Amino acid sequence: MSGTNILGGQVILPGKATPETAHLHVSGERIEQVGKADPLGERIDADGLIVAPGIIDLGVFATDKPAFRFGGITRAALMPDQSPVHDDPATIRFAGRKGKPDFWVHPLAAATKDLDGQHMAEIALMKDAGALGVATGRRWIADSGVMLRLMRYCAMLDLPLFVHSEDAGLAGNAVATTGLNATLLGLPSASPTVETLAIQRDLALAAESGAHLHFRQVTTSAGLDLIRAAKYKGLGISCGITPAHLFLSDTALTGFRTFARLSPPLRSEEDRLACIAAVADGTIDVIASGHDPRGPEDKRLPFADAAPGMAGAETLLALTLNLVRDGHISMGRLFELLATNPAKILKVNAGAIEIGREADLIFIDPDAPWQVDSDKMAALAGNTPFDKLPVQGRVRKIMKGGKII
Amino acid sequence: MTSPPTASPGRFPAGSAAFPHRHLLGIAGLQPWEIEFILSEAEQWVALNRSGATKRDDRLRGLTIINAFFENSTRTLLSFEIAGKRLGADVVNMHVAQSSTKKGETLIDTAMTLNAMRADAIVIRHGSSGAVDLISQKVDCPVLNAGDGTHEHPTQALLDALTIRRRKGRIDGLVVTICGDILHSRVARSNMISLTTLGAQVRVVAPPALMPEGIASFGVEAFNNFDAALPGSDVVMMLRLQNERMQGDFIPSPREFFHLYGLDSRRLALAKPDALVMHPGPMNRGVEIASHIADDLERSAITEQVEMGVAVRMACLDILTRRARGVEGWS
Repeated sequence: MSGTNILGGQVILPGKATPETAHLHVSGERIEQVGKADPLGERIDADGLIVAPGIIDLGVFATDKPAFRFGGITRAALMPDQSPVHDDPATIRFAGRKGKPDFWVHPLAAATKDLDGQHMAEIALMKDAGALGVATGRRWIADSGVMLRLMRYCAMLDLPLFVHSEDAGLAGNAVATTGLNATLLGLPSASPTVETLAIQRDLALAAESGAHLHFRQVTTSAGLDLIRAAKYKGLGISCGITPAHLFLSDTALTGFRTFARLSPPLRSEEDRLACIAAVADGTIDVIASGHDPRGPEDKRLPFADAAPGMAGAETLLALTLNLVRDGHISMGRLFELLATNPAKILKVNAGAIEIGREADLIFIDPDAPWQVDSDKMAALAGNTPFDKLPVQGRVRKIMKGGKII
Repeated sequence: MTSPPTASPGRFPAGSAAFPHRHLLGIAGLQPWEIEFILSEAEQWVALNRSGATKRDDRLRGLTIINAFFENSTRTLLSFEIAGKRLGADVVNMHVAQSSTKKGETLIDTAMTLNAMRADAIVIRHGSSGAVDLISQKVDCPVLNAGDGTHEHPTQALLDALTIRRRKGRIDGLVVTICGDILHSRVARSNMISLTTLGAQVRVVAPPALMPEGIASFGVEAFNNFDAALPGSDVVMMLRLQNERMQGDFIPSPREFFHLYGLDSRRLALAKPDALVMHPGPMNRGVEIASHIADDLERSAITEQVEMGVAVRMACLDILTRRARGVEGWS
C-alpha cells in the first residue's frame, strides 16, 4: 500500500482559472504527486466532482465542527473574542488542540488584555503557544498610540494583525447604516465614513510601522478605494469580506430581522456592488464566513438589543459559488479567496493543491441543490440572514491531512 | 373652529375591510382610507367624552386590556387607561422595570406571560425600535404600539391628524412644519408618514445632527433654517428634545437651541396668521416653545391633542377588538 490516489476529479490547480482533470497522489499527510497516480495506492473516484483545497476560514468566533464539516472548512482562524478572552498562552494552546485531528484551529491572539483596547497582551508568549496572528477582536482600538505600538510589535514578531474597522466614536450606538431603511425603522445608524476613517488611520500607522494588517471586513466603496490605493503603493496589507456584505444590502433589515444584525452593518446597494467589483478586481483577498452562531437569547430581541453576527460556515461555499456562476470571478480565483490567500496570511502549508502541501482537500458537487434552513443547520445556532434561500454546491467528501474524515 | 367632518355611509369599505389589520404597529403600511376610518370612528368618542357625566360605553365589558409599559410614560399610559375604562374594559397597567427589558428572554417571556393571561388587547411601549413588532409575533390578541424606540408612535400621529382635521377642516393640501429633534422622534416619523399619506405638504426642521438620513424619501422637505421653513405654514408642530436618547452632545445648549429652533412670537409671525401650534408633550418650555405661545388657546392645540388622544385610543381599541367580539362584518 502506498498512499491514496484521487482519480478523475476536476482539480483546482494554482494559477489556473478553471479546474482541470488530473489525478492526485497523496502519501502520509502531504500531496505527493499532481497529475500522476501511484498504481499501488488506494483509489478514490472523484469523477464528476471538483477537487479543491480545503477552505481556510479566516476569523470565526466559534469552533463549530459540524458546521465546518458541512461547509468544507478544514482550518479556521479563531477570533480571540471568547469566554475567557484568548489573551494568554494557556487559552491559545488549548484552543489550538481543540479540533484535531480532523479539523485545525489556528487561534488568533488578543491584541490587548481582555480586548480592552488599552493594554498590550503577551503576544510573543502567545505566538510561542501557537498563535499565527493577532486580532483586535470585534472592537476597534481607539487609541492611536496603542495601535501604533501594537503594529510595531506585531511587525517585529512577523505576525499579521487582524483589525476591525469601525471608528467607535463616530459609530456610537449605531446598529445600521444611515439611509432610508434605518430612518424608516427608527434604528440608530452611522454613515459609512465610520469605516473609511478607521481604515485611513490604520493605513497611515501601517505605513509607519511596517506591520502586515489584515482588514477583516471591508464593506464600503470608499473603504475599498483606500485599500486599492494602499496596495498600489505597495503597502503590505490584505483585506477580507463575508458573503453577507456581498449578497445583502440594508434592505434586509426590513421587518427588524435580527439575523441581519451584523457588525459592520449591512450597507447600501451601491456599496454592495462595489464589494463585488473589489472581489473581481483583486482588491479583496479573502472571503470568510465570519461564523458567529448566536442562539435565541442573543437574537430574539428588539433589533438594536440583539447581538451582531451570523452563522456562516455552512453557507460560505454555496454562496460564493454564485460569484463564479454569475461570471464575476473564476473558480480558480474563488479558491484563492477561500483557501490560498488565507493560508498565505497565516503562513500555513495548506490552501493549494501542490506537491508538498498538506493534503487538505474537499470534493465538491458544484451543482447539487439545497436550501438554507435556519431550523435544520448543523451549526451551533441557525442565525443566518439567508434563511430559505435555494443554493447550489455541496461538499461530498473531506480529506484532512491525507485522511478522509 | 370649523365643524368636524362626520363619517358618511359608504365612505369606507364595509366591515373589517375598512381596517383589515390585526395589530396597530405603525402608520407605515396603512392606506389613506384606513387612517381616515380611525379618525372618523374617533369622532363619536370625542362627542361622548364631551357629553357630560356619563362618559361611558360598555362595548368592551368583560375584556381585559393590558398596558405593558417598558419605558416611562405618564400621559400616554393614562390616556390608554382612560380609553379602555370608558369602553368598559378591565384595564391593567404593568410597569416593567427598565433593567429587565435589556435581558433578551425577559421580553419574549413577558410577551408569552401576557398571552397566557388571555388579554384581549395589549398596549405596549418599549424603548427599542421593533420591540412591539417582536412581541406581536408572540401573542394571540391585538397589539397596539404606544411608542417603540425611535421607530413609530401611531396613536400620537392619529390624534395629531384628528386635531388638525377638526381645527382646519381638512388635512389634504395643508402645509405642516415639524421642528425639533427629528432624528430621535418616533412622533415625527409617524406624523411624516400619516400627514403625507393624507395629502399634506410636510416640512421638517432640525439642526444637521438631529436630522436623519434619507428624510427626503418620506416625501417631505428638509430644512436646517426654521425661519425659512415657516412661511406659508398652516400648522407648526414642535417636538421635544429627547436628551435621554442622545449619546454625547447633539446641540451646544438648550439656550442656543431655542435661539435657532425655539418657537416664539417673532417666528410664529412668519407662518400663516391662523397657523395652529402643536406639541406632543411633555414640553420643555423655553427650549422648544415659549410659554405664552404654548398657553395661547387660540393658537395652541396642545391640550386639545391630549383630549383627542383619548378618543383616538378608544377608536383603536374598539376597532381592533371587533373581530374577537364577533361584531357583524368583522369575523
